[in-house]
Amino acid sequence: MWFTLDNLATAHDTHEGAAHSSTGLSNVKLGMWLFLGTECLLFGGLISTYMLYRGRVGTGPRPSQVFDIPFTSVSSFVLLMSSLTMVLAVSAAHKRDDRSTNLWLVITALLGATFVGGQVYEFTAFYNEGMGFSTSLFSSSFFVLTGFHGVHVTVGIIMLLALRGMLKNNKVPGSRAETVEMIGLYWHFVDIVWIIIFTLIYLIPA
Amino acid sequence: MANIENFATPSSAMGALKRPVVTKGWREWVFTVDHKKLGIMYMATAMFFFVVGGLEAVLIRLQLALPNGKILNADLYNQMFTMHATTMVFLFVMPMAAGFANYFIPLQIGARDVAFPRINAFGFWALLFGGLFINLSWFLGGAADGGWFMYAPNSGPIFSPSHGVDFWALGLQIAGIASLTGAINLIVTILNMRAPGMKLMRMPIFTWMILVVQFLLAFAVPVITVALFLLSFQRNFGATFFDVAAGADPLLWQHLFWIFGHPEVYILILPSFGIISEVLPVFSRKPLFGYPFVVFSGAAIGFVGWGVWAHHMFASGLGPVSVAVFSISTMAIAVPTGVKIVNWTLTLWGGKLWFTTAMKFAIGLIVLFTIGGLSGVTHSVAPSDTQQTDTYYIVAHFHYVLFGGAVLGLFSGFYYWWPKMFGKMLNEKLGTWNFWFMVIGMNLTFGPMHILGLQGQPRRMYQWTENRAGEGFFNLAFWNLIASIGSLVLVVGVFLFLVNIFITARSGKVAPLDPWGARSLEWMTSNPPKEHNFDSIPTVHHLDEFFHRKYAEDANGQMQQIATAEEVLKQLEDNADAHIHMPSPSYWPIVIAFGLPVTCLGVIYSIPLAIFGGLIILMGAFGWALEPSTAPDTDFDPPSSSNTSKDVVHVG
Amino acid sequence: MNTTAAPESHATEHGLSTAGYVRIALILAAITGLEVSTYYVDFGRLFLPALLIMMVIKFVMVVSYFMHLKFDNKVFSWLFYTGLILAVGVYCAALATFKFFG
Ligand code: HEM
Ligand SMILES: [Cu+2]
Repeated sequence: MWFTLDNLATAHDTHEGAAHSSTGLSNVKLGMWLFLGTECLLFGGLISTYMLYRGRVGTGPRPSQVFDIPFTSVSSFVLLMSSLTMVLAVSAAHKRDDRSTNLWLVITALLGATFVGGQVYEFTAFYNEGMGFSTSLFSSSFFVLTGFHGVHVTVGIIMLLALRGMLKNNKVPGSRAETVEMIGLYWHFVDIVWIIIFTLIYLIPA
Repeated sequence: MANIENFATPSSAMGALKRPVVTKGWREWVFTVDHKKLGIMYMATAMFFFVVGGLEAVLIRLQLALPNGKILNADLYNQMFTMHATTMVFLFVMPMAAGFANYFIPLQIGARDVAFPRINAFGFWALLFGGLFINLSWFLGGAADGGWFMYAPNSGPIFSPSHGVDFWALGLQIAGIASLTGAINLIVTILNMRAPGMKLMRMPIFTWMILVVQFLLAFAVPVITVALFLLSFQRNFGATFFDVAAGADPLLWQHLFWIFGHPEVYILILPSFGIISEVLPVFSRKPLFGYPFVVFSGAAIGFVGWGVWAHHMFASGLGPVSVAVFSISTMAIAVPTGVKIVNWTLTLWGGKLWFTTAMKFAIGLIVLFTIGGLSGVTHSVAPSDTQQTDTYYIVAHFHYVLFGGAVLGLFSGFYYWWPKMFGKMLNEKLGTWNFWFMVIGMNLTFGPMHILGLQGQPRRMYQWTENRAGEGFFNLAFWNLIASIGSLVLVVGVFLFLVNIFITARSGKVAPLDPWGARSLEWMTSNPPKEHNFDSIPTVHHLDEFFHRKYAEDANGQMQQIATAEEVLKQLEDNADAHIHMPSPSYWPIVIAFGLPVTCLGVIYSIPLAIFGGLIILMGAFGWALEPSTAPDTDFDPPSSSNTSKDVVHVG
Repeated sequence: MNTTAAPESHATEHGLSTAGYVRIALILAAITGLEVSTYYVDFGRLFLPALLIMMVIKFVMVVSYFMHLKFDNKVFSWLFYTGLILAVGVYCAALATFKFFG
């Protein structure tokens, strides 16, 4: 399989920024996809920990007692739609349409912020129902997993806003469309992790 | 990098966001993004930690030399073996291999630098700060003491009340970030920055093995990241992930640790396999026997290495099915390793052997690693492992593979590549002494441990007493004393190497261009290589390109010299590229890396400090993103830092 | 349906049009609706397999279309799916030793 790599240099899709690479592919994009591959093992470990411990609630509440499926469904939907707006930002960037790129980036960030806001609300509600971080193995593994995901979304939001500022001031080093695309890849990844979390953690009861 | 013209570069650089351009003094090193300088820094750091870990080992052996040892108390002893192993594995062998990879991968594939030079610099600083952070615990209440795999409940606050384990977990986290970024960087470099014509199956074996290792790292490090996070949350924020009393499964830690840990042992050994696969052909005067087999067996080891981790847990009550499955997969992995040993042996077979120090170390590896591999196979059989586990037999086994394998390979690399890196030959006579002291010392130290272990001496035991010593050939006292004397012989061996470095730096022989008659691209440069490595990027037509530029078959099928190394190099220089773009130095890698230990200190002692550390990282990230991609030529002092008349520009 | 593709740009040649992306998003939204409905309607024995299949479909759609993996070079798929498959493999094996699956 790797050996197809040797013949890629002539492939049709020579991106900007990849003109002289052995595979014809961009360094940044290769690095980003590899990074996302490694992130699978990170989230996989956290999800497995949760799976192992989801039934171990001690004296605390059980998952089905605290989860608010309608609420989480809405916030999941919001995050899913932010993937649409993100992909529109990327496609606008490829068309060099700065105005639309800016707009979609901001909307994506807002949707992401809505999701994180929802998570903060959810955590507070759980806490008030007697489910603190160290209440049970279930609660700790739940908070670590979803918290990690939340941190990923937050980092994404910061990157989106920073990117927008840098685009405006013409301060993006390297290829602009590619930079938007890379942050897009990260953003979508965070979304697909949530697709898994939503099903495995919320919809399938312990 | 060469395609920078396509990029929209920021027009102005606001004061602080300029690139650092001083290329003299300490700043030359602190802000550098040059893969060769970073490689040297990695290696110097690793050497420092080798000495630290070695002294810890000597204290261990002095304590066990005689019955009722009084040098260390039980608590300090626990810290000593934990930190010895942590230091040797994470702060010596891994960074040393990273140093070799950094220095030689771009040279071996005909590139001018790595794919992400700033990330490369960041990785080095993170590793250095992570290592120092772990060792800070010695001065702040005691180091980690739960053994290098830190099983629960030993990792918990009851058995380990000091902050040692916190420092350990967070420090390894920092080192892990370094490994992960390094892995992504090197993989992209190898896939994407090969010289024209350098197909994958024309890459030097060292490059291949490093590629496999970096894939292992990229996918294994996140697993231990999870484990370490869970541990930190348990110790610092009240979670109970591994606390049996709270209903947890302590085996969860064991699984996470060893899913990482088994690939990790290949991470430790494969770079050395790569090194000796370069050294053996050069000093046998013939090509590596069965290059594709060595490549594929390396890849196979990398692959199967993911399916054997639970052989570290045979004694933990996994259940018969799991034990059987993992037992068989473990026996299977011995096969590709055996393939390599056969290939090396057949490389030597019928060659014109030249016993340089590098060659001696390489042959030493083959012999000693084989011994360690064989004792390893004895514990792939689960019932026999149940007898051996947690005894000195295990300690003997893994030191044969780690010291006899990994460390000897690294030393072979020092002697082989020293002239390339520093332009001087390490002293061969002293090298021979260095070699024999290390090999004899290592056998004296670790050989007796087989006997001790089969006699039942447990590992991690801080004292032994006369009345348990036994008699005759199996007398524990005798073999313990021999092992301790052996460790002192080892110390002399390593010391001779440091002396050799010192002497070579002061008065060593200047290296000829091609001292060994080498075969691969890294030798097609000056000694040491120019900042931009190659004046013109060579086009590759063969495996062992350099060799094929020097030699060709004559009418009778005999290899005849057609050019000297000097002529080959001259040809590259005569066709030098007019514009060579090199990455500019940067302030931000060290800044971001510095934020990591500050954040971690905050996690242990006070959250505001952690937030402050986070802000350093964030600021560093913005500095990084906003940094102009080019420092104007005129900023430089001296204006162009190239040592040729070529127009070398710093970009990216 | 490539009506919005900018004529001079090669960038969209391996992506979808805006309408295409919206269509994908609609499908994703519909599947999500179906997923959530399992909370209200009893799916019986189909419950678990249905949810898992829908999860995988959504996952693959986002990866293939929004992340362009379907149109991009195979090397990217290779890197990403190696990580994914490795993760599923080792963690399921580990969970199996805990008798998680039965
Ligand atoms: C300088 C020569 C060395 C000596 C004299 C030495 C000696 C020892 C001894 C006596 C122990 C057993 C301590 C005990 O169980 O009570 C030990 C443990 C260990 N050593 Fe070494 N060692 C050396 C080099 C290395 C190297 C180069 C590595 C790895 C690259 C290494 C990795 C380990 C590991 C992983 C352990 C297990 C620690 C534990 O039980 O948690 N050692 N060493
Ligand atoms: Cu293993």
